[in-house]
Amino acid sequence: MRVVLAEDLALLRDGLIRLLEANDFEVVEAVDNGPSLLRALTTHRPDVAVVDVRLPPTFTDEGLRAVIDARAQIPGLPVLVLSQYVEQLYARELLADRTGGVGYLLKDRVFNVGQFVDAVRQVAAGGTAMDPEVISQLLTKRADDEPVRALTPREREVLSLMAEGRSNAAIAGRLFITEKAVSKHTNSIFMRLGLPQSEDDNRRVLAVLAYLNGS
Amino acid sequence: MVNELGERLKLVWWAVLLTMFACLGLVLFCVLLTGVAVVLVSVGIPMLMVCFPLLRRFADFHRHWAGKWLGVTIPASYRPRPKGNPFVRLWATVRDPASWRDVLWLFVNGTFGLVLCIAAIVESVLGLLFWWWPKKGALYLDALLVKWLLSPSEKALLASRVQELAESRAETVDSQAAEIRRIERDLHDGAQARLVALGMNLGMAADAVDTDPQTARLLLAEAQAASSQALAELRGLVRGIHPPVLADRGLVGAVQALALATPLAIDVEADVPGRLAAPVESAAYFAVAEALTNVIKHSGAHHVGITLRHAHGVLHMVVEDDGRGGATIGAGSGLRGIERRLGAFDGSLKVTSPPGGPTSVIMELPCESSSPKTSPSSGTG
Repeated sequence: MRVVLAEDLALLRDGLIRLLEANDFEVVEAVDNGPSLLRALTTHRPDVAVVDVRLPPTFTDEGLRAVIDARAQIPGLPVLVLSQYVEQLYARELLADRTGGVGYLLKDRVFNVGQFVDAVRQVAAGGTAMDPEVISQLLTKRADDEPVRALTPREREVLSLMAEGRSNAAIAGRLFITEKAVSKHTNSIFMRLGLPQSEDDNRRVLAVLAYLNGS
Repeated sequence: MVNELGERLKLVWWAVLLTMFACLGLVLFCVLLTGVAVVLVSVGIPMLMVCFPLLRRFADFHRHWAGKWLGVTIPASYRPRPKGNPFVRLWATVRDPASWRDVLWLFVNGTFGLVLCIAAIVESVLGLLFWWWPKKGALYLDALLVKWLLSPSEKALLASRVQELAESRAETVDSQAAEIRRIERDLHDGAQARLVALGMNLGMAADAVDTDPQTARLLLAEAQAASSQALAELRGLVRGIHPPVLADRGLVGAVQALALATPLAIDVEADVPGRLAAPVESAAYFAVAEALTNVIKHSGAHHVGITLRHAHGVLHMVVEDDGRGGATIGAGSGLRGIERRLGAFDGSLKVTSPPGGPTSVIMELPCESSSPKTSPSSGTG
């Protein structure tokens, strides 16, 4: 699987390259600034891009803007954005085109190599990987809304794991319940929130995120 | 018709009143001079103790009248009177140049002013008989006289400005020092301590890795957890010092991000083209954030509206909520902190918060906006 990596700190960049290559990814180019990132994305058209939000030359949200521009040119280009902090605003912008293939994680999530690699694969496959912190903020914001309040605690757990982008199998593994039980919960959640059911995992996640974002 | 008559009658009344006052002022002037002349005799000092405060009231009354008449505000600029015994206060009054300007005016008002007022009586009575007679005349000149003599001198204005600046600087320095102490403590007890624990765990894991891999694995997991916690604490700290999104997106973007991350229904309306200077941006952001924190803590509101507008070199920020009201700028309240923050930039804070709500916190910061070269495109995606 071909990866473009953007990270300006050499120490982290080398670490990420080592980590990705140890897990059978091929890092086709590793860049350290915004303009090179945009060029690398449009020339290599990688299977997935792993990008730090803050990059030179401005040291602001250069990386984020580069991937959003790239996705405008190559719709659905899978990107996993890493950051020292998460902002609802940025999650919302990444999700705005509703095509999936988007990840937004805190840099600390790299510590858990297994989960991080899963997230990269998930995004490459057109799925979504949202940081638990983003989802918990979204849920707090909507906690007083009637349909969300009506959910059972278990359903709320399933909802937040689903919004993070996890598959039914992963949710089942995490909560120590059967996959069948998970799909029972998801059916009930979708009914209560008034969302259309869908067999496709990715589309389901996007629907939930759109609902939580209030759009 | 009735209004016109009322107004012209009022003119007569004012002309008469001011004439009487001019005479009374002349009496006060004589008493004051006598007081000064016999100040070494026991009766002189008590005379001045009565006369000066009376003179201030008298001058304030005329300032108010003339200001209203001319449509301007004529501020008084006496030095703050020290607390303490009456002698100390008298001494401070005597040393205040504004007091002697008052005395000068008192004399002019009792002579030239008196002539003007008498002319005004004649004029206003004529005005009652002949309606084509203009209403602005001698009284207007008298008001100009008051404005000219009772407005604070350039020097007094500067002095009061220096006083203001010294106060706001002292407050800024104080609050900055407190802020730095807080950051130091947070780093010391938080991230620093966790990094020490992390290093210890790693060292022990290195020792145990050959003999007891099970324990080594446990220690490594602990080290990982410690580094996650250290990062989370540093994130919180950085957010408190200068939120990254503020650097990324400027005031409007940062306030929008704040609204999204706050568990309340918040509408943000913004019209701030370009970017503001970094220190102003930061002060403005934290002022809004503090106002929002106040809403969450005290108001019980369901809905908040935030308006940001930059026009004519002033940034207007309004935070309104539909909560229970009754907010005041008291000591120790968040609003006092906002006032201090804005004060460092000559900004101001106003609060209207009747019991039962709604509450509006209105903040203003004089500042210039740069050309929008550094502002990112907002229509992303």
